[in-house]
Amino acid sequence: MTKKNKPIELEDVVIRFSGDSGDGMQLTGTLFSNTAALLGNDIATFPDYPAEIRAPQGTVGGVSGFQVHFGHARVKTPGDLADVLVAMNPAALKANARWLKPGAMIIIDVDNFTPKNIEKAGYNEDPIKEEKLEDYNVIQAPITSLTKRALEDMGLDMKSVLRSKNMFALGMIYWVFNRPLKFTEDFFKSKFKKKPEIIEANERVLKAGYYYAETIEALHVTYVVKPAEIEKGTYRNINGNTATAWGLIAASEKAGLQLFVGSYPITPATGILEELALRKNLGVITVQAEDEIAGITTSIGASFAGLLAATTTSGPGLALKSEALGLAVITELPLVVVDVQRGGPSTGLPTKTEQSDLMQVLYGRNGESPVAVVAASTPANCFYYAFEAARLALEHMTPVVLMTDGFLANGTEPWKIPAMSDLPEIKPRIVPEGTEDYKPYKRDPETLARGWAIPGTPGLEHRIGGLEKDEISGNVSYDPVNHQVMTNIRAEKVKRIVHDIPALKVDGEQEGDVLLVGWGSTYGHLKSAQEELDKEGKKVGLAHFNYINPLPGNVEDVLRKFKKILVCELNMGQFAGYLRMNFPQFDYHQLNKVQGLPFTVAEIKDAVNNLKEG
Amino acid sequence: MSKETSQEVVYTPKDFKSDQEVRWCPGCGDHAILNSVQRAMSQLGIKKEKYAVISGIGCSSRFPYYMATYGFHGIHGRAAAISTGVKVANPELSVWTITGDGDSLAIGGNHLIHVARRNVDINLLLFNNRIYGLTKGQYSPTSVKGQITKTSPYGTVEPPFNPGELVIGAKGKFFARTIDGNIKLSTEIFTEAARHEGTSVVEVLQNCVIYNNGAYADITDREHKEDRQIILRDGEPMIFGKERDKGLILDREHMKLKVVKIGENGITEKDILVHNSTENNPGLHMMLVNMRWPNYPVALGIIRNVAAPTYDMAVHAQIGKVKESSPIKKMDDLLTSGNTWEVK
Repeated sequence: MTKKNKPIELEDVVIRFSGDSGDGMQLTGTLFSNTAALLGNDIATFPDYPAEIRAPQGTVGGVSGFQVHFGHARVKTPGDLADVLVAMNPAALKANARWLKPGAMIIIDVDNFTPKNIEKAGYNEDPIKEEKLEDYNVIQAPITSLTKRALEDMGLDMKSVLRSKNMFALGMIYWVFNRPLKFTEDFFKSKFKKKPEIIEANERVLKAGYYYAETIEALHVTYVVKPAEIEKGTYRNINGNTATAWGLIAASEKAGLQLFVGSYPITPATGILEELALRKNLGVITVQAEDEIAGITTSIGASFAGLLAATTTSGPGLALKSEALGLAVITELPLVVVDVQRGGPSTGLPTKTEQSDLMQVLYGRNGESPVAVVAASTPANCFYYAFEAARLALEHMTPVVLMTDGFLANGTEPWKIPAMSDLPEIKPRIVPEGTEDYKPYKRDPETLARGWAIPGTPGLEHRIGGLEKDEISGNVSYDPVNHQVMTNIRAEKVKRIVHDIPALKVDGEQEGDVLLVGWGSTYGHLKSAQEELDKEGKKVGLAHFNYINPLPGNVEDVLRKFKKILVCELNMGQFAGYLRMNFPQFDYHQLNKVQGLPFTVAEIKDAVNNLKEG
Repeated sequence: MSKETSQEVVYTPKDFKSDQEVRWCPGCGDHAILNSVQRAMSQLGIKKEKYAVISGIGCSSRFPYYMATYGFHGIHGRAAAISTGVKVANPELSVWTITGDGDSLAIGGNHLIHVARRNVDINLLLFNNRIYGLTKGQYSPTSVKGQITKTSPYGTVEPPFNPGELVIGAKGKFFARTIDGNIKLSTEIFTEAARHEGTSVVEVLQNCVIYNNGAYADITDREHKEDRQIILRDGEPMIFGKERDKGLILDREHMKLKVVKIGENGITEKDILVHNSTENNPGLHMMLVNMRWPNYPVALGIIRNVAAPTYDMAVHAQIGKVKESSPIKKMDDLLTSGNTWEVK
């Protein structure tokens, strides 16, 4: 495998794999990302796929994409624009041509660029010309026919043959970026243990693609991206849903309580339930409930019975759970609700990302019904915020909503693995047996958390429920003044969590012209924009929120130090509205986007630059 | 039986009364049911702290507040789901679910059928008064067709559910029926329901004195009740009537039950069906729960009582098995498992 030319060194590269939703692009992208991560690159990935399992073949609506950004330096986002596009058919080109860097490399499966497919994708005759890509590095590879030829003597059915053509494309990419095939071959061996013919087919096609790339003249240059200079330690690749699941298990271990999760499958949250269902080895109880309401109410039952209870869902599911969430508020039981947000309203854009559930999470219940709210901001830190949500729930006796979204759920990044001993202790407020004169609503004077008496403990028998409770005894009370008192206490209890969370940090400039404000999954893009603006000599700070309710104690101090505040979020201005309500003394500019996609760094920079001019 | 029992614990029904004033209407059937439950609990030999009484919304669902046990008053329709969570979280508890015809057959219908299908080991008492009492008199899913209520001033136009038919159709393994006023029978049935491992559904025919008074008068009035009710007991022939001269046989030609008179047309006691609640085939049990006066006597007692693995035990057994064989014993093991790499 000698190369004709010395490879060119690059700082970072963005590759977008795209094809029909049945073409295996998610797997292809994942395998490439894993290899990059195992070679020590920093990576960020972004799967972008349609809601239909098999949308009509060859149409733009059915295109499934997977973008991976890998680099020698720290990588914070999956990248705005791609250096390399793999397009398995004309529709994939159509869907992705606008996301290319000028002069990008485009590998197309020319076998699929038939007149019929070209027309289906909405082109007239020559897609390359129509997209004005003639000057780009277009590699027209006969991927389908070469895949067939590589497997012709194996006697496989045509379906299995065609299914492996994604590996041909992957093989080509591996050659271009000087990547070993080993990690992917190891994957075949463990995945298809019982099907040696599938292992062989995949290996053959992967190699065929690799050697094809080596042979053709169009690809005479290859590239290397050296390992990233990142903190020492043991790393693994993790996506947001798995990190969320693991954070909950870690919290249960720290708290010494078994984890119970009652949930109903819903995109894009299902991965958390699937991961937890695997973890019976760590004692996790999962109940796949009959509906969203049973998901949360079984969890409330488990919380009453003394376990760490959680339920996982997305926006539409949270809407169904809202009455029960109010029950957890009034019974003051610890409960974690994970909302993996997606495009709404209604069924909306199930597989696309959005941050538009904020108001629902904060206020979408009947009555005065405060809950604590935290938001994760990278795939890996879903682990820490799931842990944190559980800690706050158990120590403050309140439901806590953890907000993530489709972008975090499915996106991956390398994660420096923590040791359990690095994580803080969690001390549940369990009332010990033998406690004299237990009253269900007697509180810790500092936090206002009530004591948690677990059924089965002799002498602590008590009743709680959804009717308003007498301040101390917990008996049903219709007393008007008591209702005011209890409403105040429930609000104050959540407010006092402020003493148990860190202050808001500002990245970049600590005071100056513009403060970028964000929350949740937009961190990577906002941070990249802030750093790039900084390099361009602009005085910009970034205040990114992980604690939404209560807000950190120093928010006002932070906001006061900047001339202009730009709140960026993937909704129409919900967090901006929330800040306006809490700190009406400031003016807030907004950058909002609801296209089912993350921000691009360029969009954020433009918004900042436009502010300055304005 | 997982519930911890002890010979030393001696309770009286009074030990299960809470300090809260019972606020049901005078004459409401719920008072008698409360008495029966407290009697049954005092006799079961289960420690008081092991009981958890869970309810939904409705008149019946105020029940937990009147019990001196652990109790949870839930939200409308969700008692069975909350109970599932409690029981799976701690199978050592004796979980009692208190619900009504609106709570568990309308808004909570989904949870009722799924708890029965899964066979979670709970005792679900369904107070069936065929009316919405707490909201003051609207029809329920068990209101008889044509029933005049506040929301059906011209009579309902929809057919009702029969709870037993629904529960057995949902693969329910235990179904019994009693009448609020028959404290002896209710206590006996509640005790058996508690002893049954799995979802035990007991339909209590309950009179609402205010909004549906006399809903069951045709089968409960002193004059006729023996002719219009049949109390089923395992191993005993299905005989009823003031004179104990009527019985049930299977009309094989039409595959349905038939009421016969012993001594007429050559029928002797030997011809009468003998009750077997433990028969797994639901065919005959389905016929028995569907009997309605005036064609048949209404069946009371334990109609179906079939042993089957419970959901809560299966969940924990599976966890135990996976734990045993997995090399991952704690979170640190999981964190460092699979594909990891060192950065030096």
